[in-house]
Amino acid sequence: MHELKFDQDLCLRCGTQACLTKCQYIEFDGETAKKEILKIATGRDSFVLHKCVTCYACEEYCPFGNHPFYLIAERQEALGISPVPRPLVQRAVNLGIPFRGEPDIKEINGPVLNMGAFSDHMHLIQGKLFEGLPVISTDERKMFHYFCQLMYLHYGKDSVIKKRLPGIIETIAKHKPTEVICFHDECYGAYTSYCDAYGIEVPFKPIHFFEYLYNRLIELKNMIQPVKLKVAYQRPCSSRLSPDKHLFVGRIFNLIGAENVKREFVDENALCCAGAIQGQRQEGSRKRAVIQQQRNVEDMKKAGAQVCVFNCPACLQTIGDLVARNGIKPIHMTDLCRLAIGEIPAGWR
Amino acid sequence: MDSIYKSLTAIVGDGHVSNRPEELYIYSFDLGTAEPHRPDYIVSPETTEQVQEIVRLANRENIPIVPLGGGLSLAGLAVPLKGGILLDLKRMDQIIEVNEKARYAVIECGVSQGQLTSYLERHHPHLTHSEPGAPPAATIAGNVMIHGQGDLAQPYGFTSDMILGLEVILPAGELLHLGSCAVGTGWFTLHPLPDVGIFLGWYGTTGIITKLSIKLFPAKKIRGVGTFVVEDENLIPEIIFKITHTQMAEDIIAFSSAIPPFTRELHHINVNIAADSEKELEFREEIIWDDTLGEYIRSGDGGYLGFVRGLQRPQISKTSDYKKGGGFEYVGGIMPVETYPQCYREGRDISERHSIPYTVTGRVIGAAHSMMFAWTYAFNRADPETIRQAREALHETDDLVMKLGGVIWKPGTYGQKLVLERLEPDTRELMKKIKALIDPNGIMNPGNWEIP
Ligand SMILES: Cc1cc2nc3c(=O)[nH]c(=O)nc-3n(C[C@H](O)[C@H](O)[C@H](O)COP(=O)(O)OP(=O)(O)OC[C@H]3O[C@@H](n4cnc5c(N)ncnc54)[C@H](O)[C@@H]3O)c2cc1C
Ligand code: SF4
Ligand code: SF4
Repeated sequence: MHELKFDQDLCLRCGTQACLTKCQYIEFDGETAKKEILKIATGRDSFVLHKCVTCYACEEYCPFGNHPFYLIAERQEALGISPVPRPLVQRAVNLGIPFRGEPDIKEINGPVLNMGAFSDHMHLIQGKLFEGLPVISTDERKMFHYFCQLMYLHYGKDSVIKKRLPGIIETIAKHKPTEVICFHDECYGAYTSYCDAYGIEVPFKPIHFFEYLYNRLIELKNMIQPVKLKVAYQRPCSSRLSPDKHLFVGRIFNLIGAENVKREFVDENALCCAGAIQGQRQEGSRKRAVIQQQRNVEDMKKAGAQVCVFNCPACLQTIGDLVARNGIKPIHMTDLCRLAIGEIPAGWR
Repeated sequence: MDSIYKSLTAIVGDGHVSNRPEELYIYSFDLGTAEPHRPDYIVSPETTEQVQEIVRLANRENIPIVPLGGGLSLAGLAVPLKGGILLDLKRMDQIIEVNEKARYAVIECGVSQGQLTSYLERHHPHLTHSEPGAPPAATIAGNVMIHGQGDLAQPYGFTSDMILGLEVILPAGELLHLGSCAVGTGWFTLHPLPDVGIFLGWYGTTGIITKLSIKLFPAKKIRGVGTFVVEDENLIPEIIFKITHTQMAEDIIAFSSAIPPFTRELHHINVNIAADSEKELEFREEIIWDDTLGEYIRSGDGGYLGFVRGLQRPQISKTSDYKKGGGFEYVGGIMPVETYPQCYREGRDISERHSIPYTVTGRVIGAAHSMMFAWTYAFNRADPETIRQAREALHETDDLVMKLGGVIWKPGTYGQKLVLERLEPDTRELMKKIKALIDPNGIMNPGNWEIP
């Protein structure tokens, strides 16, 4: 079985315990943080395992790439500390079961865009930005054959990921891709950070979606007209698994003339959409999610954002409506980029 | 040309009568598993007077007459079991009056659910009606004739409890009114006149409704669905009891199905919540999810899945997609809510025995006074064997409803027999007398609710 590469010695030597001291949900002093991370590393119970809202952020906070969040998720399962109620765990586990036929495998022998479990979002890959790019997982009925499974980190069900992910990788590999551009950055996180942490082999080169968009925009540079919009970026939990790619957000905004407004909840300090929080077992979780969502949107408003740019379609579904009700237009990054090259996405006014 | 055809044409005009085989064929079956029966004529009247004349003709000539709304009731209830005239009422589709202040609508019998919904959304956005999950072409008259239930059944009861007035044509052609409209006032109340409620739920075997007045209700600005999930079916009755106690919800539906996998052996409870402001919505959500169901969340036995704004009206069943060929039919039972666990377990067994992926749904009626529990069976229309299996499963389920102490809702002929067998002799006798008195020639939708 695949074992997590987590080096306890790094924690012993670590000066900051940034993984926990930067946590937005639990208060720590350095000493407590050290004590608790070591408890977790040695398989003992810790209040962190009960209080963690699974925001993924400590994966980014650890300066040594030591995977504290994967460790937490693994221990939650081992000690039976489920962050969400059992029925939701079962539901989520069942959700990833493909049940409507086998995938249609076509060999590509080149770069490919993988929609993962978002085949119902094909409208987000329209136009010049994607011209000539072959796409896999385009059939909603079969998308769970391409589902990266990382979602189970929110459910204390790491074992499901380990069990299913190699098969998913195999399915993608059957298309003989050279590079796999991941529509969802959770997939990118899976095929880079997670697989690396667990020593799971990935026989293709994963490409972050925003890196692709940026490079494609460079190719289409002549067409770009500055969008001249004040934008706030909604950073998803999954982007904490690829913090090295977060810079493409700023690069894209610069390139297309979008003004990234100055916010409190931005970059490392970003607030997630709270979709994973609302159903958790901890007392007051639903309310916590509601309040967080309000704080987040208030912050966008205060900063003068006209548009809220989404990376993850699930975030868009969770808070897009709230954003819109607050007078800010919710839009996916691809649609913003399309605007910049003179294409009008459906529904844009 | 035969004389009946001629007389019918004289009543409704050319183009609204047919005895062409291809049309008779189409009207000979419904969406479910019922055996087809061809009518002899299809007639589509436009006015109450035309209906009256057609009924008089049928009575005089002793020809069966079967009223048809959307034909979506599924159990063969508008299939002309003994041939005769199929009275397609869809052309009588006038919305005659909407009384804003007293919250009711007077409509003709062919007005469909979808038509009323869109009319209200457009012209009276703060009013709504209790819309069933049927396709939008289903009529309101058809729904009350089978004691249907819509998405306001939880707070307000069966659709037939929302009737404020009726215009009915009896088999001999008499035209009568029930409710305040009978004394020449508005159509605003069914009471306090002495009760002559002998039409609702009779499938048109005692008379044809041509007009009705139906209650409308406040349409809040925000309407949406929140979902709670449990593994243990035994928890459903107490959870429903607790949610209904809050009086904070509209529709409450619990369901479980083998496909898709995420609903398998789990019970989702969809709770419709409506509010006029964000403040009201959050208040209601807090009461329902945090204060009332919080204990299940903390213990890990129940999970809050989230709240989605907007109502999918109607919520058409996807079940028909699960077997090739697109067919499905369900048995509905009006059941005590406390029987949910047995309804689910025994329903699953029946499905498994007949190799059909199980689908069960329970919609709460009133403050948990009862629920309409539906067991749905998919079949392939092109495969007689799967139809036979589904029919067998449906019959077993009819038996199950009675065994579990419920009453079969909108039973087909098999279920009607089961109900009538158990009916107290004196009640049976009264029903028989009423029917004989009103329809001595037995021309009205014969084969249904016939008491030997
Ligand atoms: C996918 C699906 C979902 C459904 N969900 C629901 C639901 O949530 N709730 C619910 O209650 N039902 C539901 N139904 C059942 C049914 O479709 C509805 O109850 C519908 O409102 C029935 O109306 P109809 O016009 O189709 O009736 P029909 O089938 O046309 O008629 C029903 C009966 O009434 C008689 N009749 C019709 N019009 C008159 C009249 N004017 N005078 C006298 N007799 C008349 C007919 O002869 C027949 O016996 C569902 C059906 C389907 C297919
Ligand atoms: S996980 Fe990283 S940040 Fe946390 S204590 Fe260990 S080394 Fe330091
Ligand atoms: S995942 Fe988020 S909530 Fe959990 S410990 Fe890490 S930073 Fe804190």
